[in-house]
Amino acid sequence: MAEARPDSLSTSTEAPPRVSGFRRFSRIFFGRRLVAVGLVIISFYFVLAVFAPLIAPYDPNYPDVKQALSGPTKQHLLGTDAIGRDTFSRIVYGARTSLMIGVIVVALAAIIGMTLGMIAGYLGRVVNALIMRFIDVLMSFPMVLLAFFIAGMLGEGLRNVIIALTVGLVPIYARLMCGQVLSLKENDYVLAGRAIGARSIRIMWRHLLPNSLPTLIVVMTMMLGTTVLAEAILSFLGVGIEPPTAAWGSMVNDGRQYLLSRPLLSFAPGLAIMSMVFAFNMIGDGLRDALDPRLRGLL
Amino acid sequence: MLTFVTRRVVLAIITLFLASVLVFLAVRWLPGDPILMLVTKNTYQEINEEYEQELRRIHGLDKPVVVQYFNWLGGIFKGDLGDSILSQRAVSEEIQRRFPISLYVGGLAFLVGHILGIPAGVICAIRRGKWLDTTITTMANIGITIPNFLLGIVLMYLLAFKLRWLPIAGFTWPTEDFWLSTKQLIMPVICLAIFPLAGVTRQMRSSMLEVMSQDYIRTAWSKGLRERVIVVRHAVKNGMIPIVTLAGMGVAGIIGGGAVIETVFNINGIGRLAVSAVINQDYPYVQAVALIVATAVILSNLIVDIAYGWIDPRIRYG
Amino acid sequence: MAELLRVKDLKTEFRTDAGVVRAVDGVSYCLDEKEIVALVGESGCGKSVSQLSVMQLIPTPPGKIVGGEVLFEGEDLLKYPAKGRKMRAIRGGKIAMVFQEPMTSLNPVLTIGRQITEMLELHLGMKRRAARDRAIELLRTVGIPSADKRLDNYPHHFSGGMRQRVMIAIALSCNPRILIADEPTTALDVTTQAQLLELMMQVVDRFGATLVLVTHNLGIVARYAQRIYVMYAGRIIESGSVMDLFSSPQHPYTKGLLASVPRLDQRRKGREQKLVPIPGLPPNLVGMPATCAFLPRCTCSLEKCREAPWPQLESVDRGHQVACYAASGGGAA
Repeated sequence: MAEARPDSLSTSTEAPPRVSGFRRFSRIFFGRRLVAVGLVIISFYFVLAVFAPLIAPYDPNYPDVKQALSGPTKQHLLGTDAIGRDTFSRIVYGARTSLMIGVIVVALAAIIGMTLGMIAGYLGRVVNALIMRFIDVLMSFPMVLLAFFIAGMLGEGLRNVIIALTVGLVPIYARLMCGQVLSLKENDYVLAGRAIGARSIRIMWRHLLPNSLPTLIVVMTMMLGTTVLAEAILSFLGVGIEPPTAAWGSMVNDGRQYLLSRPLLSFAPGLAIMSMVFAFNMIGDGLRDALDPRLRGLL
Repeated sequence: MLTFVTRRVVLAIITLFLASVLVFLAVRWLPGDPILMLVTKNTYQEINEEYEQELRRIHGLDKPVVVQYFNWLGGIFKGDLGDSILSQRAVSEEIQRRFPISLYVGGLAFLVGHILGIPAGVICAIRRGKWLDTTITTMANIGITIPNFLLGIVLMYLLAFKLRWLPIAGFTWPTEDFWLSTKQLIMPVICLAIFPLAGVTRQMRSSMLEVMSQDYIRTAWSKGLRERVIVVRHAVKNGMIPIVTLAGMGVAGIIGGGAVIETVFNINGIGRLAVSAVINQDYPYVQAVALIVATAVILSNLIVDIAYGWIDPRIRYG
Repeated sequence: MAELLRVKDLKTEFRTDAGVVRAVDGVSYCLDEKEIVALVGESGCGKSVSQLSVMQLIPTPPGKIVGGEVLFEGEDLLKYPAKGRKMRAIRGGKIAMVFQEPMTSLNPVLTIGRQITEMLELHLGMKRRAARDRAIELLRTVGIPSADKRLDNYPHHFSGGMRQRVMIAIALSCNPRILIADEPTTALDVTTQAQLLELMMQVVDRFGATLVLVTHNLGIVARYAQRIYVMYAGRIIESGSVMDLFSSPQHPYTKGLLASVPRLDQRRKGREQKLVPIPGLPPNLVGMPATCAFLPRCTCSLEKCREAPWPQLESVDRGHQVACYAASGGGAA
């Protein structure tokens, strides 16, 4: 404790330790058990996806017809489907499909949606009205149905699924970003930037974007879960990836016919979908609480 | 209040109009030629240049796009939505039959999900941290994550196949056979309602916690009111404001989820129709269903906006 | 005048990320009937928290009343459970509070009429009709024009000053013995401040209640209060009648406070008057040392002040007490 002197301006007690931003973030984020569980699950699936050829015991498309519709055995951990394909291998490869689609769609939709949203929010009322009307119209359709319609009209296939899901996701980002920009726009540092003559693009890139980052990161993580789920629904309904490729949603659908005798055919991929979505949601929750608890009510 | 409502209604109509344009154009732009599709479905016909032109003329496909659009729009107001490519039957007939079914199932799910969720969330907020809160919150977290089709399949397996308590699938109107109708509806309604129920519970809990820390609640405590009165009279109304938004989104979610659930439980509603129409590329159905969906969503958003104005007096005048 | 409230050694703590904050650290004071008492101090000195503690309105997860007694009408209020029937009857019925922020202290989705009548129904058992009439009367008393029409308005229809009047009407509606006004005018502009304070003095006089004025504005204190308690870092460091304290402040902090207020009567012959602030910053309430909390900023400290624990309140004159070794004769333990 410092010696107190009457003419000094210091206080006798030391200032409390500044809890650093990163330490606080880590404490809240990693502190929650569910977040840790989520991270473990995603890492697990990530490993499955990347090392699929090494982990999967069988070729996911190889029809071992003699072993068709068998229950869990030593050779086939989770059994086989109607044409003898090993369920476990299909789930492993399915992880690859789901994660890949999830990441691509979220990234693509974020770039497009955020750009649209920033432009709409920043560049005046006419532009705003045009863009946001268009977004409103897109949002008149539930995201899954919108993606479903598009995928159905375009046909099966990876590329079409990605397009459909991206279109479904863009309005959400656009709206979010527009809202962020509209509120951030009023801040003094934007005014200051304009006062010294900075161009709009520079302001958007240097100021608005970094300040929207916490919200954006949280939303993107949660959208990963939503996208994986949407892709699963699309394949469940039959407009997903082409048949031979392993996709969890279509596996669930295929398994429906044999629900009474071999429930595992539907349950296993269903559980995989659910756990992946759960993990993404938990991570998203943790990020939100750690980055800015004020968002709790909004997100 | 009236100007507020009028403004919102006008905006909704404009959006609906734009949506119809989008639906119309989107279907026109899809790869594939409807005439060829029609013809190849009926493989007995031979493709003949004149016959093709004739078919085009019959279906009005030779006129410019704008005229086609207004023809279609005009048809809608007269109740004519075109004929299915597949079955040649009038689209409107089929929709008339199926729409009430989806409305009934979806409506039940909507009410169960949103209304039950409010007291659930309030209880969680008041008994924060105690076991009731933890239990309900955990269940809500599960409810938010479980895909509704998976829940459907699991329930079907447990309750219909294994335990044989409920019928596997199907739909009956309560007026025809009340008991059977109810038993058939239990699983689909649970599946559709679980997501909004979980969402509303979580949101209500969260917004109640936030409301309870507001200054005006401290004022209410300082008046000596009982906790129950403070919660019900002062807090809930404020906490419900975000629920209105959720309800709006919930309609869209139930419409989307309805398609899947109807497929799983073999319910002949609009959702199931949409799924088969899209897969079969039967575009008159697709157009009609898309338009109905858009109308429902826009309408529910409108109602949400107006409800906001009613609940929160500040919005009415602003 | 009979004694109404006696607070003995009240202690309230808050658990924060940085440690335990002793917001109220052994506060004792008393209130008589029909008097106006001011509770003065810087932001963060614990004056609001002490009053919230008396009413048991401290949010209990982070905060907790950890000691002391609050004697009112022969009972120790702190022995009652915070949400229990007895404490609820006291709140609003016997002791009422007006808060600082008029913009957020009224429920936005209820009419102000409802917010008044619920008090009347609760504490006085009035029925709707009678409560409405009484509410209109109350609104008139606090100077709200067209009271009968405005009863069904919502808070956002009123300006800040008007809302505070409504708050005062609510607080006084059930004839409480004590009205605690926690910085009631801080959020308002100067003219409204003056109007509101005049109003408060009138109604308090009319209803025969005791007013506790929590403020950091010495001007208000000088004009309206009879007695004053000065708080610093969670404790009372000087108390007495307003006359005594203003004419001969004893504690270095009080002296510093008074010296830092601009005075209209001190402009002399063109010489500019300098405002003399108290050097230093208010202390961090986490991990306070055992010695006098004002020591780092004190200009007249003694050797003793560096070693001995925080001084107790000692009388220096009739009714005038101070917690300072230098002021109370430098030595009496």
